[in-house]
Amino acid sequence: MTQGADNVQHQIMWNRLISIVEEQAQALIRTAFSTSVREAGDLSAGVYDHAGNMLAQAVTGTPGHVNAMAAAVAHFIRRIGYDNMADGDVYITNDPWQGTGHLHDITIVTPSFHKGALIGFFACTAHVVDIGGIGFTADANSVYEEGLYIPIMKFADQGAVNQMLVAMVRANVREPDQVVGDIYALANCNEIGHKRLIEMMREFALDGLADISAFILGNSRSATLAKINALKTGKASGEMVIDGYNSPITLRATVTIEKDQILCDFAGSSPVDAKGINVPMVYTEAYACYALKCAIAPDIPNNAASLAPFVITAPIGSIVNAPHPAPVALRHIIGHMLPDTVYGALDQILPQTVPAEGAGTLCNFQLSLRPRRDRPANNRAVNAEVLTFNSGGAGARPMLDGLNATAFPSGVMTMPVEATEHAGPVIIWRKELREDSGGAGQYRGGLGQYMDVAAAQGHECDFSAMFDRVHHPARGRHQGKDGAPTSIELDDGSPLKGKGKQAVPPERMVRLGFPGGGGYGDPKDRDPELVKRDLARGYISEASARDDYGLSDADIAGVMALIKRGESV
Amino acid sequence: MAEPVSDTKNPSLRMGVDIGGTFTDIVLERVGADGEAGEMEQYSTKILTSYGAPEDAILDGMHQVCALAGCVPADIQQVIHGTTLATNALIERRGAKTALITTQGFRDVIEMRTESRFEQYDLNLILPEPLLPRQQRYTVNERVDAQGSVLVPLDAKEVEALAERLIIAGYDSIAIGLIHGYANNVHERMIADILARKMPDAMLSLSSEVSPQMREYERFNTTVANAYIKPQMKSYLGRLKARFADNGMTGSIFMMHSGGGIMALDDAAEFPVRLVESGPAGGAIFAADIAARHDLGRVLSFDMGGTTAKICLIRDQQPKTARVFEVARSYRFKKGSGMPISIPVIDMVEIGAGGGSLAHVDGMNQIRVGPQSAGSEPGPACYGRGGARPAVTDADLLLGKLDADNFAGGSIVLDAKAAGKAMDSEIGTQLAMDAVTAAFGVAEMVDENMANAARVHAVENGEDLADYTMIAFGGAAPLHAGRLCEKLGVGRLIIPPSAGVGSAVGFLRAPFGFEATRSIYMRLSDFDAQTVKTLFAELEEEARNFVRSCDVDADIISQCRAYMRYVGQGWEIPVPLSPDQIAAPDAAQYKAVFEAEYSNLFGRPVDGMDVEITIWSVNAQTPKAQNIKTLSAKEMAQQMPDMPASIAAKAAAERLLFDAALGKNMQAKIYHRSALKAGQQLAGPAIIAEDETTIIIPASRSALCLEDGCIAVTLKEQQP
Repeated sequence: MTQGADNVQHQIMWNRLISIVEEQAQALIRTAFSTSVREAGDLSAGVYDHAGNMLAQAVTGTPGHVNAMAAAVAHFIRRIGYDNMADGDVYITNDPWQGTGHLHDITIVTPSFHKGALIGFFACTAHVVDIGGIGFTADANSVYEEGLYIPIMKFADQGAVNQMLVAMVRANVREPDQVVGDIYALANCNEIGHKRLIEMMREFALDGLADISAFILGNSRSATLAKINALKTGKASGEMVIDGYNSPITLRATVTIEKDQILCDFAGSSPVDAKGINVPMVYTEAYACYALKCAIAPDIPNNAASLAPFVITAPIGSIVNAPHPAPVALRHIIGHMLPDTVYGALDQILPQTVPAEGAGTLCNFQLSLRPRRDRPANNRAVNAEVLTFNSGGAGARPMLDGLNATAFPSGVMTMPVEATEHAGPVIIWRKELREDSGGAGQYRGGLGQYMDVAAAQGHECDFSAMFDRVHHPARGRHQGKDGAPTSIELDDGSPLKGKGKQAVPPERMVRLGFPGGGGYGDPKDRDPELVKRDLARGYISEASARDDYGLSDADIAGVMALIKRGESV
Repeated sequence: MAEPVSDTKNPSLRMGVDIGGTFTDIVLERVGADGEAGEMEQYSTKILTSYGAPEDAILDGMHQVCALAGCVPADIQQVIHGTTLATNALIERRGAKTALITTQGFRDVIEMRTESRFEQYDLNLILPEPLLPRQQRYTVNERVDAQGSVLVPLDAKEVEALAERLIIAGYDSIAIGLIHGYANNVHERMIADILARKMPDAMLSLSSEVSPQMREYERFNTTVANAYIKPQMKSYLGRLKARFADNGMTGSIFMMHSGGGIMALDDAAEFPVRLVESGPAGGAIFAADIAARHDLGRVLSFDMGGTTAKICLIRDQQPKTARVFEVARSYRFKKGSGMPISIPVIDMVEIGAGGGSLAHVDGMNQIRVGPQSAGSEPGPACYGRGGARPAVTDADLLLGKLDADNFAGGSIVLDAKAAGKAMDSEIGTQLAMDAVTAAFGVAEMVDENMANAARVHAVENGEDLADYTMIAFGGAAPLHAGRLCEKLGVGRLIIPPSAGVGSAVGFLRAPFGFEATRSIYMRLSDFDAQTVKTLFAELEEEARNFVRSCDVDADIISQCRAYMRYVGQGWEIPVPLSPDQIAAPDAAQYKAVFEAEYSNLFGRPVDGMDVEITIWSVNAQTPKAQNIKTLSAKEMAQQMPDMPASIAAKAAAERLLFDAALGKNMQAKIYHRSALKAGQQLAGPAIIAEDETTIIIPASRSALCLEDGCIAVTLKEQQP
């Protein structure tokens, strides 16, 4: 076969590997129990070579797992040892520092044997519904309070499941069937990936992955380096202050673009926090790397070589490199803010590339519902846990408005209101865009959203808040205005805190306003037609059209008249 | 003149009409009274689609096929029509002036979507605009809960005041979608009644009628889509009926719907969103019919045209169906970038891979193909109409798969030089490959893309393709199907006759059918047999009434299904239920059938978990049309165990053909399909030429001409 035909074969195999890990991810979604996996897509799946280099990763899933899981397999190889690996083995951990950042993520690694020899690995990660301990909240003081901790070990030894481990898991979590069911789903999806890989090995008459690995990693490395070396070198720092748990947190990133690599260091960030919003280094790497990759090399598939030139560091003992046994359950709150921090630095080196700050952290909350206690209970009243995922507005882009109520940097989805109301006795009275919440600018920040939530009749609840940007809204860029901050209160006007579990009295409703994204560029430069469109749609009020964008009273009246007549603007 | 036919179940003259993006295909079939194979005649034509007045092309085509058949339009008893017009109206945003009325607090459901990004690494991602901008979405103060109880009653005065505003704005069409409207539609009905009184000319679409299923985003979007295209489709269907009558065609007119069944014209006018993707649905029915005639239990239907390829799984001669379909994908056909339409649809995957798909080299030095297409103007470089970028057809020509002088029946002479030049300049130079190697790369990449789509589709459905047979049709499919089979490990491929007008033929094979569904949650631990009985009875009546409105006295077969899952899971699986299980519902029995299905798909059941039913469905349909019964390949092989050498087909010529699996050029014999007779066989590498397409037999396969004209392509060592 010619050199060219060989190249074609390698290209096909690379595509095939990406397709295999997509299949692996789909199988997981189909059989998972946790809503975070099956509805919201909080998962990751990938294939690795013999040395533990990630060759391909499913696009399905969320960036938080990207670099974290890429590094995990090396830990498994070190802990288990090649000599101790056999066909039919399945390995497991939920170690926040060697997995993906908190105990709720379970990582499963399966060695792939072909013709009696170890050729590579499949790995996958998913967020399980419960892992015991204090529950999914920032309130713990150390990781010991956050739940069951499974060090790297064999889940199955040559096909025989470790029943002692299963018993331990069952005894320690609130939803044993679902958690154990999810662990099996994870193991099965690796198995499906393995089967497809072996089919590929047979089709192309391969004995190992070394050749294709060299091709993938070589091409990815040179493509990534070409992107990096096309940039002008430079160094800049960005800083962002956010709410934190009890006191504000400073995040600071210094980005250095050099030949062949980009360094990102978080020196100057706040120290480890007393509560569970700390971030293990793997998770910091994941989101910092994601931010850089989006801005610099978005179209290069994720693998060991395309990730390697992005070198992420942080001082140990900082909130973004929290050592064991710091509490880390809600590490996503800080993790989701890292891209905005990195972009604050990157914007100074690469103008017209990165967006303004956005909502960042997902606007998630959990309701613990129960029959109301101030009266005799209704016999149909129940206990239930209801978790929802929601998004504020994204930051405006250099040439585009920010996305309304859309997750960034997280890759998860929201749940339908009708599905949530089936999951427990909760009524969501409102879930819609929040007028005037997008920061004004030549390009407007994405709108946040309003949600009004209450327990159904006969119930009361605790409301567990996981919000930020109450006191530190998303900042605009280049004279763009800030987005609206998070608002949270009861319908009688009494205030609630942005983080932590808080009791909601019976018949009271929680009123939430999720933050908008920052604007980009001077609002005066915004195309007046877009201002009129925004006014017609109610993205902005008449006051904002006039005060922020200078639309004349006559123009405003004109727009309002057009809407009334049902004409487009 | 034909004799009048009294038996409406087996009309002697039926016409299938498929309006596609480029062509309108017309097929007229005359079947003898006894329906025997030898007595069926088929006449077909292709006319350029007339966008301004689509009925014009249909009438032209009707007169053409009537002339061929020696009959007049008055002889046609029945017309079955499918069309891409509804899809195009949604894709091109050419709908009516439409408003949405929804529950206070939920004005933005169709705009907020799933709150996620379908492409995670694109900082400049643009989400598709909702069909209706925010100012065209109105709210009323009302609320129903998940169980269907009214929490906040609706005030008629508020609706009347809203109607005044809608009248001033001059809307032609109104969508009504309220939270939990599928569970209790009392408020949707109340709004509809008031609007019908105050705005008698406006067309109304209720979410509880268009798509009575849980999940507000999908339901509202489907209702809005229906409202958006309703005035236009209603008008078109009305005109079509009138023009048919003016031209003497007074037979009954039915529409193909996206679920692969047939509906009455008036129902289609009321629920035009059900016509979305009705053309490709006809293709799947076409493949299902071939599967039935050849007694094939597991079939992969592969339909490849100029712009896209459609892949569909057909088990037990029924195409797989789904409850949500995504239309108008805005971003490289990427999942999530379109709008979800939740109606019963034939579940297929459509990717941007066709003969016209353009190839280039990306920043990673990887060959990429599609989804951008050269279309018919300028077309692939080899058309010689100014196209300078290489398309899949150019690659096929350079690899010897196409005959430059006999493409599309000789109507276009292909220019191999132009193809080679385009391939060199866009691919070869960048990758230091000669034009043939570059063409190999392009063809392999498009085949791999299709194979990957098929694999992922199979796993999404819990299927393994190893024991599937592929049925390929559409202009470009027979060129690529052989290689696709090699890649997928599919051992058997069938290429039917009339592959070029497959969808229109499929319309004539479709039974009258309707699937009635209801989204109501019930746990097996909380199983209420009486409720289940009542529910299935209601659904059965709804589905049967629908079919009855198409055909007053046909036999009706119904199939009841419950969509079930473990409590806590997000994906249900369809579980077929027997008549006994419907007559006397029993929780333990339902659990047993669920767990059997689950194990079948995913390996093992999960112990000790409660099971819930989320969707209830009854599909009613007439029995499949009795068709020309032909010998299957198996039967033929049994009759002719030692295929004598004398019936080996005779080759007309030879030319060089690049064999992808071997990675080199081979001398391949050329055969003419029209000259092949039943029982004749030939060995790959080979080329079978016909007017509308070319069949490529790879070196690994051999081909057998079956009695019904199908070509069966199988692995060489395998018995056909």
